[in-house]
Amino acid sequence: LSVPPETPKEDGRPKWDNKFQYILSCIGFAVGLGNVWRFPYLCQIHGGGAFLIPYFIALLFEGIPLLHLELALGQCLRKGSIGAWNTISPYLGGIGVGSWMVSLLISLYYNTILTWVMWYFINSFQEPLPWSVCPLNENRTGLNEECYESTSVNYFWYRKTLNITPDVTESGTLQWWLILCLAACWAIVYLCTIRGIETTGKAIYVTAIFPYLVLTIFLIHGLTLPGATDGLVYLFTPNLNTLKNPRVWLDAATQIFFSLSLAFGGLIAFSSYNPPKNDCEKDAVTVAVVNSVTSLYASIPVFSVLGFKATTGYWDCLDRNIINIINEFDLPEETIMRQNYTAWLSFLNSSYPEKIAGLKLKSCDLQEFLDQSVSGTGLAFIIFTQSIILMPGSQAWAILFFIMLFSLGLSSMFGMIEGVFTPLLELRIISKSIPKELLSGIICLMCFLIALCFTLGSGSYWIDIFDSYSGSLALLVIAFFEVIGVAYVYKVKRFSKDVKWMTGRKPNLYWQITWRFISPLLLLIVLVSFVTLQIQKAPSYAAWNPKYEGFPMKEEKVYPAWVLAICVLLAVLPCVFIPLVALFHLIKRMCRSKDPSFVPPEVFSCQEANS
Amino acid sequence: RISNVLLCNVTDRVSFWFVVTDPKNVTTVPGREVEAAIRMSRSRINSAFLLSDKTLQFLKITSTLSPPVEPSTPVWLIVFGVVLCLIVAGIVFLIIAGIRQHKKKNKDSTERENLEEKGEASVTAENGIPCETLDLKAGHINGVFAADDERFTSL
Repeated sequence: LSVPPETPKEDGRPKWDNKFQYILSCIGFAVGLGNVWRFPYLCQIHGGGAFLIPYFIALLFEGIPLLHLELALGQCLRKGSIGAWNTISPYLGGIGVGSWMVSLLISLYYNTILTWVMWYFINSFQEPLPWSVCPLNENRTGLNEECYESTSVNYFWYRKTLNITPDVTESGTLQWWLILCLAACWAIVYLCTIRGIETTGKAIYVTAIFPYLVLTIFLIHGLTLPGATDGLVYLFTPNLNTLKNPRVWLDAATQIFFSLSLAFGGLIAFSSYNPPKNDCEKDAVTVAVVNSVTSLYASIPVFSVLGFKATTGYWDCLDRNIINIINEFDLPEETIMRQNYTAWLSFLNSSYPEKIAGLKLKSCDLQEFLDQSVSGTGLAFIIFTQSIILMPGSQAWAILFFIMLFSLGLSSMFGMIEGVFTPLLELRIISKSIPKELLSGIICLMCFLIALCFTLGSGSYWIDIFDSYSGSLALLVIAFFEVIGVAYVYKVKRFSKDVKWMTGRKPNLYWQITWRFISPLLLLIVLVSFVTLQIQKAPSYAAWNPKYEGFPMKEEKVYPAWVLAICVLLAVLPCVFIPLVALFHLIKRMCRSKDPSFVPPEVFSCQEANS
Repeated sequence: RISNVLLCNVTDRVSFWFVVTDPKNVTTVPGREVEAAIRMSRSRINSAFLLSDKTLQFLKITSTLSPPVEPSTPVWLIVFGVVLCLIVAGIVFLIIAGIRQHKKKNKDSTERENLEEKGEASVTAENGIPCETLDLKAGHINGVFAADDERFTSL
């Protein structure tokens, strides 16, 4: 005799159209700009292939357990981050508020990076590309001086795009072209998140899959470029000596952590729209593995293109020297080629050393060109744009590249906005009569207005500040308290029972050990080392100052006191909610315990909530 | 025929000196002005000799880039306009669709209320509950009376 299943409660909660949409949203959230411009850089500076060892150890003991924890939490409790942590224990409610605050702060500046991508995208439709030529100066006698001293690519980025000021304290004016692009970017985010996951679920099919197509195209094209193999060999040659440096292990741990977008609350929000009986263990492993494989896959075209750029730079250096030598010694054309350059140079140096010294030849070394490693916006907007100019059909490559960056960033924005949106929908403060479209519109409009300060002349300095301070420490602290909260307040035994109810099997020994001991310990070590490293050096920044003597090198400056205060505020503000909320509830309980009619709330269980 | 061409004093390069005379007076144009003129029209001189900056060298004049062509309307504004129009069209479409759906939901719920308010005699009822609402409300399946094939003994 079989008992038919009970009909599920109609709670009106939106749900995913199908499982694929949910997995794609999680993957899109995890795979972002960092997979393209931070992971290859870390691989390069930390000993190439050897970096993969600490990376995979961190993935196994920190990334996957935390990911599984968050997905299981959201799926069991079926609430956003604030509601979920309030349900686990009111004292831990601060974790949810902290996640919410971090998502808000980061989505503010992340969309400004997308604004820059959009600006480059709409400028890619011209022939020739605007960052390939220097403009003339005022009286048309020569090229613009700032552009001439640095390169046209640097000039387009620092002057034409950012219109950067020489100091973080000089705010400059609002750049109207950036305001237009910022408005367009927030309009796109509003268009896609207008009704929560109903609309992002449709948009994610494009924004999550398209980058893989473009990466494949770049991979195939990049491997055909001259010098690609040099770049790849340079990237992947393992240098096991670097593993002795603890900095490498710290970078691997933080990279895994930020790459998987943990502690944002967005993953909890995504999995809260799942049906309760869903295999979250398999989902977590899938998302983590796909994210790491994407990082590796993206580093191949990036380094092929970087190898191509280094080789072209090396050939240009050689050609310039060859022309100088040929002109000086009146030699016929094509006597000195790139292949026999070193032989000729040593011969001429031994026969006519004064003439060679008088030429002031620059030494051309391929390793030196390959060593110029950049990460972040410098990689995308300076190095990559420079390489694109050298490829035939540069407009097409530029358009493809910037659309890919835009989709990568947009799918991460969906997760962050969802992390802000879902808890607000559940708070009883927002009355039920406000339609979803209006709430998302208000969020996008307010974020747009606040983000206008990033379009000032000093905006990119502020984005670096937000990136370093709001997006790093707070996330580590929140994740640490998440693991401690589930492992020791909610208790792993109860959590395992809930996971068994959802997936049908008890979490095995690996999960038990990592949730209880390894992940909290690892996070604590990472947190402490991170803080010590930050405190050791005085925070400084590199300013673009055309009037600096060493121009085009950047000028190292120190942050003034009020800017440092803002940095500390950004880092501490989300974390401070954790003790504040706990204290608030403690005081409330002490007042309530004097009230005889007070009944303590029932102990929460995942199964009862869903039956 | 080539054998009829005899060469002597062969140098590695074809090179020459030149001066420019002013047609109005019988003096030569000063070197600095000639240098400036060559800088401005370098590309024309190169193409006259069918040579390039790498193969035609003027001593003491380094080759500079030719002035870039700037279009009248910035191209990026046009592309931006297209992108923005698409986005605004999408937003307006989604908002109108949302309002229509909201209105339809409101209309359905008000229709249901009207039916309940009007005379229930005109409405077929079962146990005092109108049949339409029975269909609309999510019913609970009573497990005991559900048609369960296993309960019936097979013939």
